[in-house]
Amino acid sequence: MDALLLVFLTPLAGALVLALIGHRAYARDLNVVFSLGTFLAAAALTVRIISDGPLFALDKQFFIDPLNVFLVTLTAFVGLSTSIFSRPYMRVEQDHGKMTPLRMRLYFSMYQLFSFTMLVALMTNNMGILWVAMEAATLTTVLLVSIYRTPASLEAAWKYFILCGVGIAQALFGTILLYMAADRVIGDSADALLWTNLEVVKMQLDPTIMSLAFIFLLLGYGTKVGLVPVHNWLPDAHAEGPTPISAVLSGLLLNVALYAVIRCKVLTDGALHSPFAGNLMIGFGLLSVVAAAFFLSRQKDVKRMFAYSSIEHMGLMTFAFGMGGPIANFAGLLHMTVHSLVKSAIFFAVGHAAQQAGTQIMEDIKGLIKVTPSVGWGLMLGSLAILGMPPFGVFASEFLILTTAMRELPWATPFLLLALGVAFAAIFSRVQEMVFGQTALKPLAHPPALLPVFVHLGLALMLGLYIPPYLDVWYRQAARLIGG
Amino acid sequence: MDNLITQLINLFAAVILMLAFAMLSQRRILTLIHLFTLQGLTVVASTVAVAYVTHQHHLYYSAALTLALKCFLIPYLLHRLINRLNVRWDIETLINIPTIMLIGIVLVVFSFNLALPIAKLSASIARGTLGIAIACFLLSFMMMITRAKAVPQVIGFLSMENALFFAATSATYGMPMVVELGIALDVLVGVLILGVFMFQIREQFDSLDISHLEKLKED
Repeated sequence: MDALLLVFLTPLAGALVLALIGHRAYARDLNVVFSLGTFLAAAALTVRIISDGPLFALDKQFFIDPLNVFLVTLTAFVGLSTSIFSRPYMRVEQDHGKMTPLRMRLYFSMYQLFSFTMLVALMTNNMGILWVAMEAATLTTVLLVSIYRTPASLEAAWKYFILCGVGIAQALFGTILLYMAADRVIGDSADALLWTNLEVVKMQLDPTIMSLAFIFLLLGYGTKVGLVPVHNWLPDAHAEGPTPISAVLSGLLLNVALYAVIRCKVLTDGALHSPFAGNLMIGFGLLSVVAAAFFLSRQKDVKRMFAYSSIEHMGLMTFAFGMGGPIANFAGLLHMTVHSLVKSAIFFAVGHAAQQAGTQIMEDIKGLIKVTPSVGWGLMLGSLAILGMPPFGVFASEFLILTTAMRELPWATPFLLLALGVAFAAIFSRVQEMVFGQTALKPLAHPPALLPVFVHLGLALMLGLYIPPYLDVWYRQAARLIGG
Repeated sequence: MDNLITQLINLFAAVILMLAFAMLSQRRILTLIHLFTLQGLTVVASTVAVAYVTHQHHLYYSAALTLALKCFLIPYLLHRLINRLNVRWDIETLINIPTIMLIGIVLVVFSFNLALPIAKLSASIARGTLGIAIACFLLSFMMMITRAKAVPQVIGFLSMENALFFAATSATYGMPMVVELGIALDVLVGVLILGVFMFQIREQFDSLDISHLEKLKED
């Protein structure tokens, strides 16, 4: 209980403090300290869960179960490493005159507030609060996307706000319908939206209302997951915002939105006794994987290319959870973990590379390995990992998803393989040119923070070779919980 | 008496739908804000009527919250915004108003069909109005699509929120209080951020025309 409160009170306190003193030189260290505090609290919480099992807090409004425990730790961990990465990154941006003291204050305080909203969304038991936290996560990042005030970044932020706003409004309508279905079974009480209560009575929820509710919830939260055709905001927001924000958007926010979809799917499956929800997710997932792979091969901007790669991977996870069953769910959860580790590592490397080149256009970034070998290697290894090369964890999860697809949905496998092949060819050839080749780049004024890159890749490598026993147990329990 | 009030709720619902159509075709920004305020007021009135018939006390609180937010605070902020941006008397050129209205009517028919099977499952006294709530939701959505200026787009967004609040009273007796507070906070912060945003957009583009924001195309 105490650890749980600390997990979200630390970033909240951080947001308040940094809103006041974010412009000072030591604010970037303070940002790391607050993120470290959040991570330590999350680690303490995890240790307690390992020894005591799932828990409730604050009158059952917050809870930790096998499905969200590893996501909380992952979110706190990536939040910490991104804050370490943003120390030198933001210093360089300040030297380039892109960040004024006021913008630094905004950046740091919104960074902490963003962590806060995501952690609340993950730990809340109340489907209404989940919606409120998801909307708040958009609100906190929208000003960060436009922080450079360039025409392109303003456009990206406006699109982000309006599209996600409309999307999240649909999710609110879905939540209202969910409450209506719950109202008929549980009664008109404030606890009728608690997920644990709904889970108990999910068999009795009205199928007509629940199927309509799920369509709205999937479209709504799916906008934030970045599912095609409601993905338009995602590449722009990733490309135009500061790179640390691209890293947390891709690595964390998309996961949290998918987590919301999964929670809703469990309830819908219980009410409908049919694979309706799963089929919808399979359809959207497959479309996202294929469309994103082709969009990706036509990009010139490195951050846009990796943003499309995120859409592809989120589509793959949605597809996996749509198929359901213990193996596909297990693979989906594993893919969530490794994707967010690897993708944020790639964005760290890309951020430093783009700063060296002074541009995000891939043609102008060449020969990274000669100027700063660590950045070049980080980008190369990260790309190989995200493309599903063994022995990284992405290989394991993609292998499981593909073999399940061959058994359950043989017709879908060629599309998946085609998309993965196109993505491989596109990303690998581009990254090779960026890493090797002749160069005129200069090293950075402040040494880049590459520890996070290699720690993330190391963890992704470890998950490909060996999954710690308690993580394995959680994945299995969560996979059973999702069912399908 | 109760029957009369149920009729009254239906009347309010009809007014809300009419206002949604009026907003869809309104070209003056100032009138648009007046219409939005009026729509908020009607939503509050119908919520109070539902609360009175059913003795659901928490609905009074949420009606009061909506009154403060949608009828006073947000319209006040919008008025300040259009004064400071000097767009108070702006008139937007809307093409094809008759076509937009016709599509709107199709949307209403679609919404009633969508609401028919679920509305009869609702326990709320205002269940007949669920179709209208969905229709208003879709009409506001269409308003956002058809507008090229920033302020009308935002008003469309807010009117969508009105429709959702109305849907919550017609589907059930409103959302739990803590959720409503959270939604209200999100809406308020959203309006403030959009206000900041509009100044940034104007500073960059010398205009509030969203059609300038089409540089980032899919390629």
